[in-house]
Amino acid sequence: MTEPVIVVDRLTKDYPVGFWRPRPYRALDALSLEVAPGEVFGCLGPNGAGKSTTLKLLLGLVTPTSGTAHIFGRPVSSVASRERVGFLPENPVFYDYLTGEELLTYFGQLCGLRASEARRRGTALLDRVGLGAERRLAIRRYSKGMVQRLGVAQALVQDPDLVILDEPMSGLDPIGRRDVRALILSLRDEGKTVLFSSHILSDAETLCSRVAILAAGRLQALGSMTDLVQFSVRAWELLLDGVDATLEHRLRETGATMTTLSPGRVQVHLPGTQPPEPLLQWANGAGARVLALQPVRETLEDVFLKHVEGKRRDVPGTTGGA
Amino acid sequence: MGLLRAVALNTFREAVRDRVFYNLLLFAVLLVGTSLIIGQLAAGQDVKIIKDLGLAASLLFGVGIAVFLGIQLVAREVERRSVHATLAKPVSRPVFLLGKYVGLLLTLGVNITVMAVALFAVLAVYQSVTPAGVQATWTAPALDPRLLIALGLIYVELAVVTGVALLFSTYSSALLSATFTTAIWVAGHFVGDLRTVEQIGASGTTVWVARLVSWVLPNLALFDVKAEVVHGLPVPAGQVVAAVGYGAAYGAAMWLIAVAIFQRRDFK
Repeated sequence: MTEPVIVVDRLTKDYPVGFWRPRPYRALDALSLEVAPGEVFGCLGPNGAGKSTTLKLLLGLVTPTSGTAHIFGRPVSSVASRERVGFLPENPVFYDYLTGEELLTYFGQLCGLRASEARRRGTALLDRVGLGAERRLAIRRYSKGMVQRLGVAQALVQDPDLVILDEPMSGLDPIGRRDVRALILSLRDEGKTVLFSSHILSDAETLCSRVAILAAGRLQALGSMTDLVQFSVRAWELLLDGVDATLEHRLRETGATMTTLSPGRVQVHLPGTQPPEPLLQWANGAGARVLALQPVRETLEDVFLKHVEGKRRDVPGTTGGA
Repeated sequence: MGLLRAVALNTFREAVRDRVFYNLLLFAVLLVGTSLIIGQLAAGQDVKIIKDLGLAASLLFGVGIAVFLGIQLVAREVERRSVHATLAKPVSRPVFLLGKYVGLLLTLGVNITVMAVALFAVLAVYQSVTPAGVQATWTAPALDPRLLIALGLIYVELAVVTGVALLFSTYSSALLSATFTTAIWVAGHFVGDLRTVEQIGASGTTVWVARLVSWVLPNLALFDVKAEVVHGLPVPAGQVVAAVGYGAAYGAAMWLIAVAIFQRRDFK
């Protein structure tokens, strides 16, 4: 059996809150999970859920109050556990007096690469994230989106086997988001393990093999997309034009609910247990036009809201996710 | 060693790109300008004054840089959160701190070397335009190699001040770090007075507190041989070696305490 890349066991983090008489604030409460090699694993949750705290615990930036975490079998307290890990922080800030090329060379050296090898890797990565033309531009001149792309590049500088991305889509325009999605999929195709946190559920839905949903510092749900999301059709939605009173009365008798959008134009919501075909025939027979017909399935957003609603909280002293 | 070198060179590059060395231009202008004025006013004492001024300015400019950059070594990285990406790499916190320290020592080394060259250049020009008869009245030659001893000890003092700034910057804000470091630099020159506080009538607890503080504060007077050098008095080699050893030990202690604090920090 393949060893998990990440093993987290009852990981807990309390932050002291208050100056004179600090009280513990539990940012993460007894989180346990495993991430297998080659997985794209999503860590989802609202602000203050404990997502960023989890990632920072894994990278040794924050010390756990209790519990353990291992990466590639090594405790996260050891420097060696980060040798095969790349990390993109949330809203990254880099040394703005350096150029993109210099930053990647420096970070490559911190990962144990020779300067020449780090420079070669850096150049290739800047091309890969679309910053090849700006490689000799000082980072202080980069836009927010360019810094985010640079952040992705630096996370890959030593060709890591595990890539941890904290809100990787943050600050990116639609093209940038598409590029990062493609990059994550290409990393998966190269056999790398990707762990990322996100608020953007559609990205998680298209990218992740498994997700963990956190809220108020606790794990609310964990599993594959097929485990968590019910993909069977729950209902049908039809958009009809030219609906008269007779047809409307007949549709109501089936148990469908209707919303009148404009005179003659209605949106019909038919519970999923009933097939939509008879309605289509009636509509045709009554001279109405079918503008749209679509199935309603449960989405990750539905699952997410089900687990986190009523459990939102804000982390004291922060403005972003924690 | 490669990691240490990379962090140190990056710290040095930061100082260069932050235009820290512009202070050298100010130093050179101050030195040359003052020398020209003194040359007109203080016949006979002029070379001593130039040496004194050059050494004092080297120390003041150096301390300014040590405090200004030292407090930013870690505090700015933490405040701006650039430390997140760096410490997520396989680099230990002690090596990161040592690299930062060494990088700043490199910056200060370049700074004081250029200042030394400027001082010797001014003195060389001054010697070349001074009649031999006047030179004969000088207590020490203008281009006295002992100036290098004074400059070297100033550098060791700057290393100690940088260590103090590094320590404060690991847990305090930049403003507080600057205040504390400057206060310790000033107090460090009066450690001898604290150790003999009973001679001015203090007693009991005051004496013990003064002694305790005197042993914690860096004894910066050990590095001050400016008067001896300027007046051509001997500077015993043993005194220089002891001062360098004390400076190295104090700097190492500051780094070790900084490491102990930095290891426990959470980067939220």
